[in-house]
Amino acid sequence: MARPLSLKEISKKEVLISSGHRMCAGCGAPTVIKMVLLASDYPIIAATATGCLEVSTCISDYTAWKIPWIHSAFENAAATISGVETMYRSLKKQGVISKEIKFVAFGGDGGTYDIGLQSLSGAVERGHDMLYICYDNQAYMNTGIQRSSATPRGADTTTMPAGSVVPGKTEPRKNLTRIMAAHDLPYAAQASPSHWMDLMKKVRKAFDIKGPKFMNILSPCNRGWRSRTDEAIMLSRLAVETCHWPLYEVEYGVTKITFKPKEKKPIVDFLKPQGRFKHLFKPENEWMIKKLQEDIDREWERLQKEASLSAP
Amino acid sequence: MAKTVAATGNEAVANALRQVNPDVSAAYPITPATDIMQRFTSFVSNGKVKTEMILVESEHSAMSACIGASAAGGRVMTVTSSQGLALMWEMLFIASGLRLPIVMPVVNRALSAPLNIHCDHSDAMGARDSGWIQLWSENGQEAYDNTIQAFLIGEHMDIRLPVMVCMDGFIISHSIERIEYLEDNEVKNFIGEFRQLNPLLDIEHPVSYGPLILPDYYMEFRKAQDEVESKVFRVVLDAAKDFEKISGRKYGLFETYRLDDAEIGLVILNSAAGTSKDVIDEFRNRGIKAGLLKPRLYRPFPYKETGEALKHLKAVCVLDRADAFGGSYGPLFIDISTSLYTYSKKPILINKIYGLGGRDYLPEHAELVLNELTEIAKTEKVKTIKEYIGVRG
Amino acid sequence: MKLKGWGELTPGAVILEAGNAVEFKTGSWRSFRPIWKEENCIQCLFCWLYCPDMAIKVKDGKRAEFDYDYCKGCGTCALECPGKKGQKAIVMVEEAK
Ligand SMILES: Cc1ncc(C[n+]2csc(CCOP(=O)(O)OP(=O)(O)O)c2C)c(N)n1
Ligand code: SF4
Ligand code: SF4
Ligand code: SF4
Ligand SMILES: [Mg+2]
Repeated sequence: MARPLSLKEISKKEVLISSGHRMCAGCGAPTVIKMVLLASDYPIIAATATGCLEVSTCISDYTAWKIPWIHSAFENAAATISGVETMYRSLKKQGVISKEIKFVAFGGDGGTYDIGLQSLSGAVERGHDMLYICYDNQAYMNTGIQRSSATPRGADTTTMPAGSVVPGKTEPRKNLTRIMAAHDLPYAAQASPSHWMDLMKKVRKAFDIKGPKFMNILSPCNRGWRSRTDEAIMLSRLAVETCHWPLYEVEYGVTKITFKPKEKKPIVDFLKPQGRFKHLFKPENEWMIKKLQEDIDREWERLQKEASLSAP
Repeated sequence: MAKTVAATGNEAVANALRQVNPDVSAAYPITPATDIMQRFTSFVSNGKVKTEMILVESEHSAMSACIGASAAGGRVMTVTSSQGLALMWEMLFIASGLRLPIVMPVVNRALSAPLNIHCDHSDAMGARDSGWIQLWSENGQEAYDNTIQAFLIGEHMDIRLPVMVCMDGFIISHSIERIEYLEDNEVKNFIGEFRQLNPLLDIEHPVSYGPLILPDYYMEFRKAQDEVESKVFRVVLDAAKDFEKISGRKYGLFETYRLDDAEIGLVILNSAAGTSKDVIDEFRNRGIKAGLLKPRLYRPFPYKETGEALKHLKAVCVLDRADAFGGSYGPLFIDISTSLYTYSKKPILINKIYGLGGRDYLPEHAELVLNELTEIAKTEKVKTIKEYIGVRG
Repeated sequence: MKLKGWGELTPGAVILEAGNAVEFKTGSWRSFRPIWKEENCIQCLFCWLYCPDMAIKVKDGKRAEFDYDYCKGCGTCALECPGKKGQKAIVMVEEAK
């Protein structure tokens, strides 16, 4: 029986990622992982792509993982977990194993949107019973804040630094959640640690669905976003409230917005506290903010329309 | 009771894999290895094996999935060639570094560019230092036998390393020869049950695979792996001994052919060794003491034993079916010269590059080389150390 | 800790002791220290949930003390703490030098 989703109840569970990991102070990623692990009552085996999460949670001779865990390379968390899951199916069929086990892969945005997209697409198409979670911190953080296809328009990164000619990233983000939903997989969702109940519900739902599932979870990075160390949750909340990061799910093709802000805040509220967007507030770059807002408005409109079409 | 059939190399290897009956296989098509997987998946589709297939979207994912499956705790294999092996390159080191006993027949084929689907050894040679054990096979029979032994060797508790079994593309993979198959249960008993080591699926004992290792430990892990390599020779010889009991066929670290009293000799891998042996017989008939050494265990390389076997010769030609760019010698030549390096009295060595991209290796090539060696043995003079043969001027 | 020699390592660098990262204390990273003011605490447990370092303990569903062995002093708990009547139950103070 799954525990009710109240903090009082789930706080009685053992957290399956331990203290002593070496993510930066105030990093959003460990909190995201913690929520995912807390949401499940099933035993979990995880694969993790190379990136901040991987290098900081498992540094020989220490591991912060209290579940079976494997890292093999950067672009292949989905392929790696599909191997683990297939061995499980094989041994289960042979009667060697009987336990119910769930399989998760964690990848950063670089490891998911970019270099790992092929491996993820392949694993989803093959129908492995797994949940792939992208912890999206919107750049290649582990190697020092380089631009990824998840980096928002306008952001200052070390490979597209804001300069006198180039005003930070000139292209909009890749809409990966939509790309994954277009695989017609059983479940795709977007979540944010600020909305923990929504996040955990989605994880639970995902684990109870057979087949491939995908979740894209926003994971603030104070080092790369140039924000304060105490703002991870606050910024992820603002991302949701500005509709920069809408919370929704697509279950068997049916789109549902799981959280509608009472009042959609202007994107400036999300940009302001972050040093990576500082240059956008110079008069000559204000058009970028306008563009960003347009991107968001368009996607939010589209999403609402999609959801209304799906509505019963 | 063994069964004799007429089969291609690919067919024989596919049959060996059927008899081994692995738990999981991940694969991606590439000529000339595709045929093995097509045959194997038909065993899967018809319930002849218990194997769960992962039909991946690339060789990189094939090896990644094999790594996941092997770490999960079971018997795993895949098959590839050429570009496929090249695409796996990153993952080869990870498979060996994580000490996962994955078995992979490699049907040797040239590397692009220019694109060529025919035999040479550039693919496996490029992976020779990836920490995988490499067994090379002259013909379909050896490919079959090596594939079976590969599981026993790689899975040995003192070893736990992945193993490549190399055979020549088309020349062997697609040619029909007479092959003796073991009985299914003989193979089953020979390889035994898969023994798990720290499996991920043991959720009562959670383990972490693939940590970041800082300079304080990386070198110790490398050294530990180097030590393991040194244990491979013994295990390969033990496996060969056990295999002989059930098959009657003898295997060693390498094969020598009329080498004991030879004065000149060839060192050559895989199918071309067969052609060479016939020519050596002709030379022997003419009273010329020619012999041959055909490496089998190419990685780790048995330097000491190879040097011992060759040191008494006067002149030796190492024939490479791959070249090393950069003005270097062929890879086999470099290993053979290293194996002789410590001896003060040793044969004169020359290196011929032959058979690239499927160019035929003919008896007359062997003849040419043996004639040259006869001359070198007499005069102790070498014109060119390294030379392409069978190439137009 | 004495570093192991090559002969003492597990094959493939596999780590067999789950969660042994707790042996690595990260408390020294802190330049600010969170202080819990129990009187203002409403037991919402947000701090426990949001702490990225599992440095807030909960006993029988109730918030307990900070674990300063691991707290990196990020301040997330303090920022997110609703407290009572506008009074935070967590405040950050500079670590004594
Ligand atoms: C094939 C390969 N290319 C590049 C790298 C270098 N690399 C390691 S982690 C990383 C960035 C990871 O970014 P992301 O996936 O977004 O995770 P994050 O570190 O931001 O959490 C890069 C580029 C690598 N390890 N492997
Ligand atoms: S760089 Fe960013 S993502 Fe990486 S550990 Fe630090 S805060 Fe987290
Ligand atoms: S967040 Fe504040 S009020 Fe809530 S439990 Fe923690 S200390 Fe108490
Ligand atoms: S300051 Fe940060 S690390 Fe310390 S207890 Fe609060 S949230 Fe956790
Ligand atoms: Mg990232």
